[in-house]
Amino acid sequence: MATDFEPVLLANVGVPDSQRLEVYRQRGGYRALEKTLREYSPEEVVELVVQSKLRGRGGAGFPCGMKWKFLPKDRTVTYLCVNADESEPGTFNNRILMENDPHQVLEGIAIAAYATRAQTAYIYIRYEYVRAYETLQQAINEAYEAGILGERVLGSDFSLNVYLHRGAGAYICGEETGLIESLEGKRGWPRTKPPYPAVEGVFRKPTVVNNVETLCCVKHIMDRGVDWFLSIGVPADPNNPRDLGSYGPKLYCVSGHVNRPGCYELPLGVPCRELIERYGGGVRGGKRAKAVIPGGLSMGFLKEDELDTPLDFNSLQKVGCLGLGTAAVVVFDEDTSIVELLHRSCRFFAHESCGQCTPCREGTGWMYRILTRILHGEGRIEDLDLLLELADSMGIIPGTTICGLADGAAWPVKTAIRKFRDEFEAFIRSGSRLTAASSGSAAGEAS
Amino acid sequence: MITVTVDGKQVELQPGATLWQAAEAAGVGIPVLCHDPRLRPVGVCRLCLVELADGTLIPSCCTPAANGVSFRTATDRIRDHRRMLLRLLLATHRIPCLAQQSTGSCLLEQLGVEYGLLDGHGRPADPALIELRTLALSEAPVDDSSPAILVDHAACILCDRCIRACDEVQCNDVIGRSGKGFETRIAFDLGAPMGHSSCVTCGECVQVCPTGALVERRMAETVRRDEPLRVVASVCPYCGVGCTTDYIKAGPRIVAVRGRPSPGSDGRLCVKGRYGWDYALHPHRLTTPLIRRPGYYPKGPLTADTRGDTWDGGRRKPGSPVPDYEQALEAFREASWQEALDLIAERLQEIRRRYGTRALAGFGSAKCSNEEAYLFQKLVRAGFGNNNVDHCTRLCHASSVAALLECIGSGAVTNSFRDVDRTDLILVTGSNTVENHPVAATFFKQAVRRGKRLLVVDPRRPRLADYATWYCRIQPGSDVAFYNALMHVLIRDRLYDEEFVRRRVRGFESFWEVVQHYAPQRAAPLCGIPAAQLEEIAHAIGTARAMMVFWGMGISQHTHGTDNARCLIALCLLTGNVGRPGTGLHPLRGQNNVQGASDAGLIPMVYPDYQPVADPEVRSRFEEAWGVSLDPKPGLTVVETMNAALSGEVKGMLMMGENPFLSDPNVNKVRAALAKLEFLAVQDIFLTETAEFADVILPSASFFEKLGTYTNTDRRVQLGRPVLDPPGQARPDWMILSELLERFGIPADYESPEKIFREFADLTRSYRGLNYDVLGLDGKIWPVERPDAPERPILFADRFPTADGKGKLVGCHYAPPAELPDADYPFVLNTGRMLEHWHTGTMTRRSATLATLAPTPYVEINRDDAEALGVAEGDFVRVSSRRGTVVLAVRPTDRVAQGCVFIPFHFREAAANLLTIDELDPYGKIPEYKFCAVRIEPAPRPEG
Ligand SMILES: Cc1cc2nc3c(=O)[nH]c(=O)nc-3n(C[C@H](O)[C@H](O)[C@H](O)COP(=O)(O)O)c2cc1C
Ligand code: SF4
Ligand code: SF4
Ligand code: SF4
Ligand code: FES
Repeated sequence: MATDFEPVLLANVGVPDSQRLEVYRQRGGYRALEKTLREYSPEEVVELVVQSKLRGRGGAGFPCGMKWKFLPKDRTVTYLCVNADESEPGTFNNRILMENDPHQVLEGIAIAAYATRAQTAYIYIRYEYVRAYETLQQAINEAYEAGILGERVLGSDFSLNVYLHRGAGAYICGEETGLIESLEGKRGWPRTKPPYPAVEGVFRKPTVVNNVETLCCVKHIMDRGVDWFLSIGVPADPNNPRDLGSYGPKLYCVSGHVNRPGCYELPLGVPCRELIERYGGGVRGGKRAKAVIPGGLSMGFLKEDELDTPLDFNSLQKVGCLGLGTAAVVVFDEDTSIVELLHRSCRFFAHESCGQCTPCREGTGWMYRILTRILHGEGRIEDLDLLLELADSMGIIPGTTICGLADGAAWPVKTAIRKFRDEFEAFIRSGSRLTAASSGSAAGEAS
Repeated sequence: MITVTVDGKQVELQPGATLWQAAEAAGVGIPVLCHDPRLRPVGVCRLCLVELADGTLIPSCCTPAANGVSFRTATDRIRDHRRMLLRLLLATHRIPCLAQQSTGSCLLEQLGVEYGLLDGHGRPADPALIELRTLALSEAPVDDSSPAILVDHAACILCDRCIRACDEVQCNDVIGRSGKGFETRIAFDLGAPMGHSSCVTCGECVQVCPTGALVERRMAETVRRDEPLRVVASVCPYCGVGCTTDYIKAGPRIVAVRGRPSPGSDGRLCVKGRYGWDYALHPHRLTTPLIRRPGYYPKGPLTADTRGDTWDGGRRKPGSPVPDYEQALEAFREASWQEALDLIAERLQEIRRRYGTRALAGFGSAKCSNEEAYLFQKLVRAGFGNNNVDHCTRLCHASSVAALLECIGSGAVTNSFRDVDRTDLILVTGSNTVENHPVAATFFKQAVRRGKRLLVVDPRRPRLADYATWYCRIQPGSDVAFYNALMHVLIRDRLYDEEFVRRRVRGFESFWEVVQHYAPQRAAPLCGIPAAQLEEIAHAIGTARAMMVFWGMGISQHTHGTDNARCLIALCLLTGNVGRPGTGLHPLRGQNNVQGASDAGLIPMVYPDYQPVADPEVRSRFEEAWGVSLDPKPGLTVVETMNAALSGEVKGMLMMGENPFLSDPNVNKVRAALAKLEFLAVQDIFLTETAEFADVILPSASFFEKLGTYTNTDRRVQLGRPVLDPPGQARPDWMILSELLERFGIPADYESPEKIFREFADLTRSYRGLNYDVLGLDGKIWPVERPDAPERPILFADRFPTADGKGKLVGCHYAPPAELPDADYPFVLNTGRMLEHWHTGTMTRRSATLATLAPTPYVEINRDDAEALGVAEGDFVRVSSRRGTVVLAVRPTDRVAQGCVFIPFHFREAAANLLTIDELDPYGKIPEYKFCAVRIEPAPRPEG
């Protein structure tokens, strides 16, 4: 089905000087913004985005239009925050967009700002993204000079200032309220919700936080229309009122033990196996896959026999994963030690937990310590149940933590132990020892 | 109202209430670790989760209750969740922690027992917990760097209560977190040991900590497990804020002090209130009456320090922070109460016979209760037969009171300090509030954080300036020029409240005659503040909806202190900032009972409640009440009394808890005056420097050993209750005074302080409606004319208590201070207090904790001046004025301007008042403590 998909989000990637305003304009850039400012009121833009059923690409998949509608009607100030922190292990689609097509990002930002009546937009960019930072800053400068940003955007009554803000290397600052705190110059501690950012965000004013890719989709919706967007992806299941559908194109990042790692644009709902085989070029060295992360480490693991699951917003939960996440697919071949992989995962989350709330701080810490003990050959079978009990007790889904980091830490544990229990038990019974250094696994640290 | 269903039970609540409050209203307890109703909810521990109807778990402490919501508080899921949470926390917790070991008060361990994770002996019982504890990392040692507080990170559960208490309640911003994830720790500053951090040891964090991570050292070290604890509700003995306290006792001992929630101090305390009480246990406490031995006449100082010979040649002998007690004690023999009291009465009466009634005088104390102050002035007036009675208000706010009486007819504050929550602009001038009224300062700092503007005016930069919208470092002694300039602009630009001035103020025209000469351009060079800033501030004041003015000794302790206060009063009158919420005049009272001692008549010109002795009608009322005829002539003030003693007019004195030796200006003169007295009797808790000159010394009970009322800076009358037994034969001052009254032929069979209070209150309007029952735990703000009358914290909404009901504008011209710096004495000396000490140090230097925190005297010198003098931090200098010399260590700082120095006056071994000038304000008769000229030279480190 995806063979003849014409890239939209990545259309300019690979074009010479694609970062330059001139090139972007030649290829139809800023047409959508012009049209939007000329033909639509902000409310109409919001309505179109609602109709498009666009869901956030940053991980949670929240309907974008609905989020915008949560902004209080009587607000006087609105901020737009662009989440470019992209720290989920395995994820790099925002980077590709920012490095290769910064004006697409800015155009999406301008349209979203217009729709939400924001006159200030902050782009919170991951510290390590040096090239993206420079490219984006250059594009911002160009846009100001060309009257696309600043006072009276493209001659309209709408004004917009865009600020690029670098993070300092913490995964938690990708969580939208951690991001807001960090932007305000404080420790990146997620806030208790409610109030949600739409009501009290940056400087306690109404704020919209959107991912870079989400905003790029907004641009194409305004350019090509709602019907075009709805024609792509997986329609909502009419029998399931909670399924909001998975529409539009998506950037899939494929990495790990594959022959052709990279970022591929496909309609939402491509089966995982097809993505790996057809685009990722299959598992490296002719091996079989043992486990696959379907959407960033936080989502947990798929087993080989679950790889036919479509990568959309609704299917992954059915096989025990947290969700589609960032659609970053990481493949582990049959030689990978799941015990070690999970140890790595636990180390990452224990390190990245902000430590604010007890279930996550202590839970991630203890999971890591227990796995370290298992790895050192001193584990006990009961440890596996304790790990499961811990994992089941933490997160915003059980309702025990402030933010979703804890869920992201718990799902790899739950899925690894439930799906690969034999391997864990065998490892513990054999009394094997492994040290972290001997690992060849692909679940690298993100920070 | 909203309706909420808790475990099936419906309750009605105010909108905005949290789920936790709903449960509380329904009588259902939800366990918490991070939540404290006094602190902003943060929802970090997640113990308080409840289950909504749809099965969602949600923290109750920080979730507002929606109308119609229904939730359960104790389902199996919740219980399992709580068990898991407690297990994780207990896995790294020191068991038992210091709190559990001593008072059994660790909330985590208590919950551990309740949830079956620990057994009845508090030992881990849950298999998973035992297993996890084998994996725990080794525990860090206890941080014992603070003299008062122990920090045990191994007991900390990261509930952040301490952080919020320090940041949001006390606004000290010392504690934060370091690290992230499970390596998170609470951290003082950037991870310093507590005792080396910027912590000011207010103890607020200890008070809120639910575990043994922050514990009172004394409690941890002395309380045995299961020892029953008792709580006595009282107030703090130190400053005029009058914080309410709970003294926690194990057997006869005080083991800790907690702030007691109340409308004034809201449960907050400062380092003195929390840790400074142990002076009462000091071995130097007087326990028997003492009579001077015949071999020690003629009288003179007994200890080397008091003699002053230690400063000879810039060297001093090894000294102790308190007088050489043994040396002084030798001069006295023990006596019975009977003998000592008889002797006092006999000698004073003999002096009166020989030299006339006016040869006697008495100094009361603003540290004693209202009842004692009342009895003391009654003894002087009805017993001695004159009005020579005064106390240290003379040294603090006499000029403020003189100006207030003159301009608005009343000397007390018009609004309470917590009114800062309702103002727009706060003016704090001449007050180092953060150190001298620390708890009041916490409310100021909070108000600023909530968006109020703050103007701080002070030549020495107080810590409060860090919070200020405008900080004006005026030239020392130039207050009048500064305020005149502001008022000039207010009138020139018609920003003053014309309506208020027309209705309620007189003297506007003559006032303008004066301030018209203070255009900002002219005033700027006098006060050192640029004209543009004067304009800006005047406009801010003129457009503020409400302004409150607070001032301290920096205003009053000048030869023109009354003029300074007149300016502040005029500023409020001009702008209509009196008589409404968030407005008013508030001279911050120093001593815990300086307001009450004045109310009770420890003032030479007035009877209780400021009724003039010179008024025949008033006098006859008191004559009738006391059954004697009274002297119509106002008496001598403190400094006048000392002068009279020197000149031989005053020959016999009684001192109750006053130590003029260190607190009065020009100590050398005081020493001579005291030595010259024919007879001096002293009631005190310690053998003070003043007592070295005494013929008879009577041992008093301390604040902690008696019942009585104290009136704070807000005019709030509060009950102090006995917590300790007096040592030896020591007696409360009210009992001693009763005995003396009887010996002067005045009936005084008071069986309790309550009786005295009744007699006093009935002679006043302001206290008439009060009694101990009405005061209760929260106290009451006077005036209260009937017991059931509502409190009136804001005075003068309609009229002032003056003859025509109007306030008076009094214009004053700027005049320079008495002793200006010159070539010989090029520096300006400012004196004052510091956070950890109180006045002459009699109490605080005998408190182990306070003395450890601030052991030695110092002089603050501007960094540039220090460099020019070639001295660095810790080097010694000799500071000399025309009157004396002290040697002390240097503290270079930016808090004082170039050309200015500051010395705290608490340290007898380098007594600042050897240097100060006894030049008086002509109206308030207050000495100029804040300005004299000194010289500074490097000196060798004193031996010892
Ligand atoms: C621990 C954690 C890390 C996150 N990191 C990112 C991130 O790096 N980038 C991102 O776009 N969203 C991240 N999110 C999701 C954001 O909270 C938020 O949902 C998103 O930015 C919303 O944008 P969208 O609706 O356009 O997807 C993270 C969430 C959590 C809980
Ligand atoms: S869930 Fe974890 S990362 Fe999120 S707020 Fe709590 S401690 Fe911090
Ligand atoms: S004692 Fe007071 S200042 Fe010190 S850390 Fe605790 S709350 Fe802060
Ligand atoms: S020290 Fe006490 S109050 Fe502070 S975080 Fe730890 S347990 Fe909580
Ligand atoms: S008490 Fe509610 S989260 Fe801690």
